[in-house]
Amino acid sequence: MRMNSHRHLFALLIAALFSLPISGWAQHESDEQQGDTTHSEGMVEHAGSSHEEGHATFDPTATALHHIADANVFTILDFIRIPLPMILYSQDDGLDVFSSGRFHPGEHDNGEYAFHRYVMFEGNVHRVKDWSFPNDLVEIGPHSFTERIVDNDEVVYLNYQGQEYPLDHRSTLDNGLFGGKITSFYDFSITKNVLTMILVAIILFWLFRQAAVGYTRREGKAPSGVQSWLEPVFTFIRDEVAIPFIGKDRYLKYIPLLMSLFFFILGLNLFGQIPFLGSANVTGNLTVTGILAILVFLVVTFSGKKHYWQHIFWMPGVPVFVKPLLAFVEFMGVFIKPLTLMLRLAGNIVSGHIAILSFIGLIFIFGKAGESMGGSLVGTAMSVPLTMFMMAIELIVAFVQAFVFTILTASYIGAAIEDGHH
Amino acid sequence: MTLLFAPFQPAPGLAIWSLIIFGLFWWLMAKYAFGPIARSLEKRDQDIQNALDEAKNAREEMSNLHAENERLLIEAREERAKILKEAKDVKNEIIAEARESAKVESSRIISNALAEIESQKKAALLEVKNQVGAMAIDIAEKVIRKQLEQDKEQTAYVESLIKEINP
Repeated sequence: MRMNSHRHLFALLIAALFSLPISGWAQHESDEQQGDTTHSEGMVEHAGSSHEEGHATFDPTATALHHIADANVFTILDFIRIPLPMILYSQDDGLDVFSSGRFHPGEHDNGEYAFHRYVMFEGNVHRVKDWSFPNDLVEIGPHSFTERIVDNDEVVYLNYQGQEYPLDHRSTLDNGLFGGKITSFYDFSITKNVLTMILVAIILFWLFRQAAVGYTRREGKAPSGVQSWLEPVFTFIRDEVAIPFIGKDRYLKYIPLLMSLFFFILGLNLFGQIPFLGSANVTGNLTVTGILAILVFLVVTFSGKKHYWQHIFWMPGVPVFVKPLLAFVEFMGVFIKPLTLMLRLAGNIVSGHIAILSFIGLIFIFGKAGESMGGSLVGTAMSVPLTMFMMAIELIVAFVQAFVFTILTASYIGAAIEDGHH
Repeated sequence: MTLLFAPFQPAPGLAIWSLIIFGLFWWLMAKYAFGPIARSLEKRDQDIQNALDEAKNAREEMSNLHAENERLLIEAREERAKILKEAKDVKNEIIAEARESAKVESSRIISNALAEIESQKKAALLEVKNQVGAMAIDIAEKVIRKQLEQDKEQTAYVESLIKEINP
């Protein structure tokens, strides 16, 4: 690695320091959620039977989890609901494409209609498992979902005309590893996260295209307009990340990937920070960061030169009996490196979202969900400075995490394409 | 595991869409934005470096030129001093030579004059001798005329005397 300058090592260290405490926080947050499981059910029960109890309760955990989850509807301020295209596939019904507006999502993003046996529960599409349910547009009304534990498994039931229909889980691919289940359908919809990614990608492309045009049109002149404020960031990544790790003679080949990663992640991090605009938690989603990490893994693996593979499988300069052990560790490292990229980014961003949502939740906790005006005021007085503080930190985290992802990618690529001579 | 931590569950749709979106983003940015920007920045950096190098070269050239001028000036000064010294030497030499030749010439003229004087003196003496001889003869003649008839031997003796006086 061409880390001839101590400055770059220092930058890495700073980045690592920044990422550590936040990751620790994320751990803490998720522990808390584990502990709060019972609360979550209380809230869900309320969704089904609030008309009987007559007053609302507030469950901060469920609210936070609902807000950081992906959704099939783009909800702004909990009353503007922008329908999104649904692309669903099931083995028995085939491909189904329609707008999520058909579900008529209402309170808690629960759909008031069912369509083709699909329903919307808390913003996500689920499928009615029972074939006796009408395969058509059916009004199911509000407050028609109940959640119950069956065999240590959370199952949502749809109450329709006095009958209970069990729902399939959300469409996931983890085979139950992270709480997801094998489902009878796959959801390929343009979700809130997908739409956010498209928006951010378009905004970034528009910005950088302007700058690129500026560079060709005003060649040899001083930068102006968009160029002036994009260039420092661009040259920072180039001079502090790309060139030190990859080398002056080869960095140009990898600069599009590094810049794309940095600005895509940064753009999504920042977009998720905008209040009231959906607050899409895209870079806090393990699927998205996983795809980015897989791409990095592929680039690193296919860039790997002889020297890189030699250092993995038969480390030179160590005793022979150590070599197989090192080979095992190094081979694990090949996969662990992208894995840490994926987990670090998602963990940091999701923890930030949860922290902000928790502080906002103080208002409702102190206000007893709108019953106590004085409590609400106290909660607001506490919540506003805490949230502002957290948002300021999140702003730093947005930059730092994008930077960390990029600098680590550059260091992995740099190690892979390194030549034999040190 | 009852609580579904949705953001950490792999979603097939999101996976495919993020792959497509990021892939497209990467490709488009490489082709239309980051590639051209990186290349123009590289080119600009090189241009700036070249301009700086050129300026440095020019400055070096200037300072070289300055040194050269200084050197030339010093050389010229030395040359001038040398020339002046040479001229002085030449002048002195010429003066010395002139003095020498004048000395020689004057001594030659003097010696010529002396020789002339000598010869003139001789001529004058001869003249005087002749005159004196003639006068003596005249006197003698007059003297002798009175005694002419005395003796022929006496006349011969007078002539031998004249010969003695005028060798």
